Amino acid sequence: MTVDVPGMSEGAKVSPFRDPKVRALFFQILVIVTFLAFVYYITDNTITNLEKRGIASGFDFLTQNSGFDIGIVLFVDYNAQVSTHGDVLLIGIINTLAVSLSGIIFATIIGFIFGVLRLSKNWLVNKIAAVYIEVVRNIPLLVQLLFWYLAVLLELPNVRDSAKIGESIALNNRGLSFPSIVPEVGFWIIPVAFLIGIVATVFISRWAHKRQDETGQPFPVITTGLGLILGLPILAALVAGMPFGFEYPTMGRFNISGGWVVKPEFMALFLGLSIYTGGFIAEIVRSGINAVSHGQTEAANSLGIKPSITMRLVIIPQALRVIIPPLTSQYLNLTKNSSLGTAIGYSEIVAIFAGTSLNQTGQAIEIIALTMLFYLTISLIISVFMNWYNKRIALVER
Amino acid sequence: MKKASIIAIATAATFMAGAASAATLDDVKAKGFIQCGITTGLAGFAAPNDKGVWEGFDVDFCRAMSAAIFGDASKLKYTPTTAKERFTALQSGEIDVLARNTTWTLSRDVKLGFEFVGVNYYDGQGFMVKKSLGVSSAKELDGARVCLQSGTTTELNLADYFAAQGMKFDSVLFDTADEVREAYLKDTCDVYTTDQSGLYAQRSVTPNPDNHVVLPEVISKEPLGPLVRHGDNAWGDIARWTLNALIIAEELGITSANVDEMTGSKNPEIQRLLGQSGDLGEQLGLDPKWAYNAIKMVGNYGEIFETHLGQDTPLKISRGLNQLWSKGGILYAPPAR
Repeated sequence: MTVDVPGMSEGAKVSPFRDPKVRALFFQILVIVTFLAFVYYITDNTITNLEKRGIASGFDFLTQNSGFDIGIVLFVDYNAQVSTHGDVLLIGIINTLAVSLSGIIFATIIGFIFGVLRLSKNWLVNKIAAVYIEVVRNIPLLVQLLFWYLAVLLELPNVRDSAKIGESIALNNRGLSFPSIVPEVGFWIIPVAFLIGIVATVFISRWAHKRQDETGQPFPVITTGLGLILGLPILAALVAGMPFGFEYPTMGRFNISGGWVVKPEFMALFLGLSIYTGGFIAEIVRSGINAVSHGQTEAANSLGIKPSITMRLVIIPQALRVIIPPLTSQYLNLTKNSSLGTAIGYSEIVAIFAGTSLNQTGQAIEIIALTMLFYLTISLIISVFMNWYNKRIALVER
Repeated sequence: MKKASIIAIATAATFMAGAASAATLDDVKAKGFIQCGITTGLAGFAAPNDKGVWEGFDVDFCRAMSAAIFGDASKLKYTPTTAKERFTALQSGEIDVLARNTTWTLSRDVKLGFEFVGVNYYDGQGFMVKKSLGVSSAKELDGARVCLQSGTTTELNLADYFAAQGMKFDSVLFDTADEVREAYLKDTCDVYTTDQSGLYAQRSVTPNPDNHVVLPEVISKEPLGPLVRHGDNAWGDIARWTLNALIIAEELGITSANVDEMTGSKNPEIQRLLGQSGDLGEQLGLDPKWAYNAIKMVGNYGEIFETHLGQDTPLKISRGLNQLWSKGGILYAPPAR
């Protein structure tokens, strides 16, 4: 960029003090140097202080034996006697992801249902949705979590007087126990059939889309897809002669053992997070739908399209463009809020890794840094995915 | 909230200049009070009374230090810490001394950069269950669901004990002792485990203390004591000898009631301790009356124990191991000379 200064002809010497280019460069260098000096100061100060107090540092602790038990362990084997703090980190990540993903799915379902209900012309339905939204949005999440945990789930019957459905499903204040499936020889055919169902559904959906574009004839993709995804594994199981058994929960002296159990700590966090975030998503959905011009509905009506199809194929796709960006930030909030699980005994990353592991090893800086890195990574992944989805559904201008 | 505070402490550790580690005694004298780390509330050890003033066994240790340094037992500010937060708070210099029934272990002493100044309560981990379960030994606990506080040696001992016995268990961890008690009382757990002193303390505040029984097994050694940061030996010495002075006072029969008479004693040991002869106070960098003040204002070890934990309190803990060595316990302080 050249700058014309009055009275200065081309090539004349400009004092460096007055040259905007030089000034800009100077200030940028100044900022960078200050920043680097600041980073150097902090790092150096930290290292010096750690050494002075004889506090160990580094990441060696990740391979050291953890020695404590974890309440909820999914998918991996964990044994306090042999597992390491690295395993604790992994389990913390899995548990955080488990509750966040299931929470995101359930919150989205609740949010869309109540967002649409909030726009209902039926007074009662409309008000019920309004009350839900206003109540959950205006009570702090931690209070809601404690409510779900202490006032709802722990008030369920005692383990010795469990509420029972049939002989093998039991509900009490230690969770919901139900029979687990134990694979036998030839079990692999069922997951394979399930995967084939999903792949087939994707192809059918593409084919149906193409056919509709060409001929205008719709195809019931959803029912066919569900039929394939659920039907194929069932068929496979029947053909293979039921290659699995059940392990039933049985009452021991203290506790129900065997089978699968959904623990109240998970349930409380899952319910609390999804119902709380669902309220915000409902408002986002409502505003998104309101943002679609009423002319669209009228135009669809005048073409004689059914209201349900109008909503699904005309309004929602357009509303999504408004909904997705704020929805992304709600998903991020939900994931980050899962760290409140530490208050109700759920073993997520903050509770077990940034809590117990930190305390046992005393390496606050490394552990907090790893924990922050994890949340940052997850948030960025969610953002990238949602931005990709947002682009995909964005209005294509021709 | 919890996350935020941990991060705040970690940040504090990052920014804190070297000042805090230099001479804690000078810092404490300059600011005019000791910042004392205590529990978030454990009956008998540190809990606010009906006027909102913290009191208890651990609180009295800090009060004794304040009396020894300032000649006034109330120059204190308290920082309630959870089991998880306590070490970072001490490492970062947020507190000057941690008196929070903390178990003395090698790795805490060495790797975490602390200095344990002694043992003020010999404890051991135990189990509490509801009487209605009919359990009489910890060996019957196979398959039980156990509630406990996170960030303690308790977690490690529990895993070790059940593994050694070949038993299975299921654990639920909470941040504060109150949350653990709530979950235990709601019966989502069969067993509450922590140090036995803690079990007695928690039992004393349940609606029906008689419905709960502390099992006889003690599964670990838990020498609980106050600790300071490693590296400031002068400050560590003051904490160590304040504790020892309280124990020696009990040995010598000096109480808060008779300490004034005792200053006239002919016993050279008593004279030295109370600053009538010798220069013990000066050696510590304190007033010659340091021990006199601590005993006068707070009491000797036995008095502190009886006031907060003894038979006249809801906790009803007997002295047991915490009796003087000369009376059948293992409490033994090196001589002050």
